[in-house]
Amino acid sequence: MADNGRKAETVTLTIDGREVTVPKGTSLLHAAESVGTEVPHYCYHPGLTAPAQCRICLVEVEGAPKLQPSCVTMAADGQVVHTDSPAAKRMRQGVLEFYLVNHPLDCPICDMSGECKLQDYVFDEGRERGRGREPKRVFGRDDFGGDVLYYGDRCVMCTRCVRFMDEVARDSRLTVVERGSRAVIDTFFDRGLEGASFAGNVVDICPVGALVSKDFLHKARAWDLDHTPSICPNCSHGCNIELHTRDNLVQRLKPRENQEVNGHWMCDYGRANYEWLNRPGRLEAPATGRGSDRRTADWKEALELLFGRLAAAEGDVALVGSARCSNEALAGLGALGDEMRGRTAQRVFRAPRAADEVPLPGFPLLVRRRDLVPNAHGAGLLGFQRCGDDGGEGGLDEVAAHGEVIIVLGDDLADQDGDFGANASLFVYLGTFESAAAGNADFVLPITTFAEEDGSFVNAQERVQRFQQGLRPPESARPAWLVLGALVAALRGEKTPDSAPEAFARLVAAHPAFEGLSWEAVGDAGVALGAEAAHG
Amino acid sequence: MAYPYRHDKETRVLSECFGDPAARTVAGWKAVGGYGGIARALEIGREATIEDVKASGLRGRGGAGFPTGLKWSFMPKTAARPHYLLCNADESEPGTFKDREIIRWTPHQLIEGCLVGSYAIGASHCYIYLRGEFFETTNVLARALEEAYAEGLVGSDILGSGVDIDITLHVGAGAYICGEETGLMSSLEGRRGEPRIKPPFPAAVGAFGMPSTINNVETLAAAAHIARHGGEWYRQWGTERSPGTKLFCVSGHVNKPGNYEFPLGFPLMELIEDVCGGIPAGNALKAVIPGGSSVPIMDAADCRGCTLCYEGVEAAGSMLGCASVIVMDETSDIVKQVRRMAHFYAHESCGQCTPCREGTTWATRILQRIEDGRGTEDDLDTLVQISEQMTGTTICVLSDSLAMPIISSIEKFREDYLALIRRGERVGAA
Repeated sequence: MADNGRKAETVTLTIDGREVTVPKGTSLLHAAESVGTEVPHYCYHPGLTAPAQCRICLVEVEGAPKLQPSCVTMAADGQVVHTDSPAAKRMRQGVLEFYLVNHPLDCPICDMSGECKLQDYVFDEGRERGRGREPKRVFGRDDFGGDVLYYGDRCVMCTRCVRFMDEVARDSRLTVVERGSRAVIDTFFDRGLEGASFAGNVVDICPVGALVSKDFLHKARAWDLDHTPSICPNCSHGCNIELHTRDNLVQRLKPRENQEVNGHWMCDYGRANYEWLNRPGRLEAPATGRGSDRRTADWKEALELLFGRLAAAEGDVALVGSARCSNEALAGLGALGDEMRGRTAQRVFRAPRAADEVPLPGFPLLVRRRDLVPNAHGAGLLGFQRCGDDGGEGGLDEVAAHGEVIIVLGDDLADQDGDFGANASLFVYLGTFESAAAGNADFVLPITTFAEEDGSFVNAQERVQRFQQGLRPPESARPAWLVLGALVAALRGEKTPDSAPEAFARLVAAHPAFEGLSWEAVGDAGVALGAEAAHG
Repeated sequence: MAYPYRHDKETRVLSECFGDPAARTVAGWKAVGGYGGIARALEIGREATIEDVKASGLRGRGGAGFPTGLKWSFMPKTAARPHYLLCNADESEPGTFKDREIIRWTPHQLIEGCLVGSYAIGASHCYIYLRGEFFETTNVLARALEEAYAEGLVGSDILGSGVDIDITLHVGAGAYICGEETGLMSSLEGRRGEPRIKPPFPAAVGAFGMPSTINNVETLAAAAHIARHGGEWYRQWGTERSPGTKLFCVSGHVNKPGNYEFPLGFPLMELIEDVCGGIPAGNALKAVIPGGSSVPIMDAADCRGCTLCYEGVEAAGSMLGCASVIVMDETSDIVKQVRRMAHFYAHESCGQCTPCREGTTWATRILQRIEDGRGTEDDLDTLVQISEQMTGTTICVLSDSLAMPIISSIEKFREDYLALIRRGERVGAA
């Protein structure tokens, strides 16, 4: 606000008896929101234009002849607004009754139940009993293609989905057909949402259960899901998301608003790729020894043994990291290399790259990036070099034949054969799954996925973003920052970092690119590297 | 061929040439002074033309009765962006058939009106949005427009004035809602015919996002005469608040239904009993809908002493609308008539606004149930409440237009509803 000494123009009005000052150009709906009053709305969505057609956000403005749609009526000085006057309440109750004339009360089998705005508003303010006696109109179900199903009977005709495709995706594939109460949302004659890149968002913005995800259909009830703030792991844009979990399984990914990164949106590719987080058959316990000498050990024993080997190791070190790992894990791996007596000969990571970017035209900040991993930028900043091809394979020939120390973190080595690391004097493998190429490992240490730990990534905009633990890890898996942090601390003779924030603080101290950042400053919204705010 | 609807008491300004095929040509129209209006407008200039129309007191003939000159004066005075004149020829209000007659008998009257309007508001392009079902009408107008272009009356440098005005005919696909001004703009632009929220008003952001003015056919036709004769001339007819003449479309239970032109303020009963020859078979008058189906229904008592001007019909509890007088005698089944209207509005609702989309359909189904003898007295309260919830709560006034006949019919003809509900008796079911 302080820029050029210019003060943003504000207006002061009264909403429900409270004086409110908001920037000029703020809608009554947002002005009310700023004092904690939610004015019910369906057609309005902050990421789309407002057609003011659902008519449930009408409020009383003193002096106006009719109730005014709060989504498109701008706040003005001296306005006196009542969101809860008898006239406004009567109208909302009326509109809710109109919706229920044809809306099926199939909440028990509706995926949206529990997070449905029609359900919420009717519970809040609806009539106790409907007066509709006529049979309800029936449209049935329509497959829109892609991951999207349409239940026409539940539709409230807010047209958010149509406007999303028109205005944000700029890929007009949905429209309203027919008119009046016969109107339904439909695709065009010869194509639906299949192959669209951002169509999943229409499910998120549907205020009722009209548009649902096929993938999520009947999988879980909304109230059984835990929501964890996270970062999409499927490309380096790092869309802010929520993990929705139940029974320790990720059930779906949902975008989390961040106007600096992804707005309200995320891409279909990112949204669809989460099942790998639920894959069974994980590494459960640390193991030591090669081939037939392989035996499980507990962490204490394994780390003591490993510490002894690391402290004694003389030769050059080859480090293989992964851009799927957190900054804290990668910094820990780098630090371990630094603490060893031998020179770090290799410090690499591999990552699959798509041929093209996929931009979201109506929200140009959001681009599905070429790097299909979340932390390629973090890995680079922490000193790791990209190797291998765009499939995320190859490039490890030198490492594979390396005769001295090899430490692999988070790369499953799926393309490598059983000879990998056969010549190594010490081969440590920190991973989530058993790997044929880890057969020669002297130590196999089970680590957690990003969904099972707290940590941070750096996205393609050079923005540090935090994610939180949403899943309980398998039996003995530990966050890599903890395992590596313990080894580094032991080599340095200091305390093991006891939390992800502590690991992050050590990373910041060691890497100038992260200078001035704190875990708290990064917060849930993230912060750009080198930005002023990071120091504030 | 004589025009079938004629009466000696008429004052024929707009309808002077109805029935005379010669007036469909440029020569024929010029012979009765046609294109004198645009010639004079070009002579006295834009501002003076608007002042003339303001002075005439002409009010919009599409139904709302907004002062035309004032509407024109809302247009930006600078020509930074293109201006458009839109002529609303999507005449589809039930009971209305005046614009069709103006176009099919005197297409040049409308073309001249469009030129005057376009010139006054600084538009170099005018769109005439024609109702999709107007096949013959469209053909007549298209031929006339072609001739007007050939004669240099339309197009570039009209009448050698250096002013360019093009006119494009656009035929709708047959939707009532496209007669709503912003719905018409959406449709003209190739979108769904859906009204838009105001503000912004058309004079600021209209068709194609440009400043636009939209006028009814009859309004523009009258403007052509005002441009020719001046504002005061027009005030020789009508009342202080409703100057000029107006076409009245009379239909229903009268012996001589048709289109009649009178000065505003003409007595309603004289129109029914004298001009239209009274009600057939000597039946008694039961109800009149004075302004197209979208206005409150008047009962026989309301009609006595009612004069047909904006303020006169308002005083009688209804609205002049577009002056489409639907007459119903004692054999009329009001419930059935209201149900048919409800069906029409439900069918024509664009479906954007919830109260209209759901309310019109719901009301129709309740009315149908009452008509079928399965209604209850509670239904009447529900209908009134639904109607109240459909009034003033939507983007356009389509749902208000149904609310008015429902509320007024239940108020004035409650006995008809109760007879059906309580005893299954239908009034005048023949």
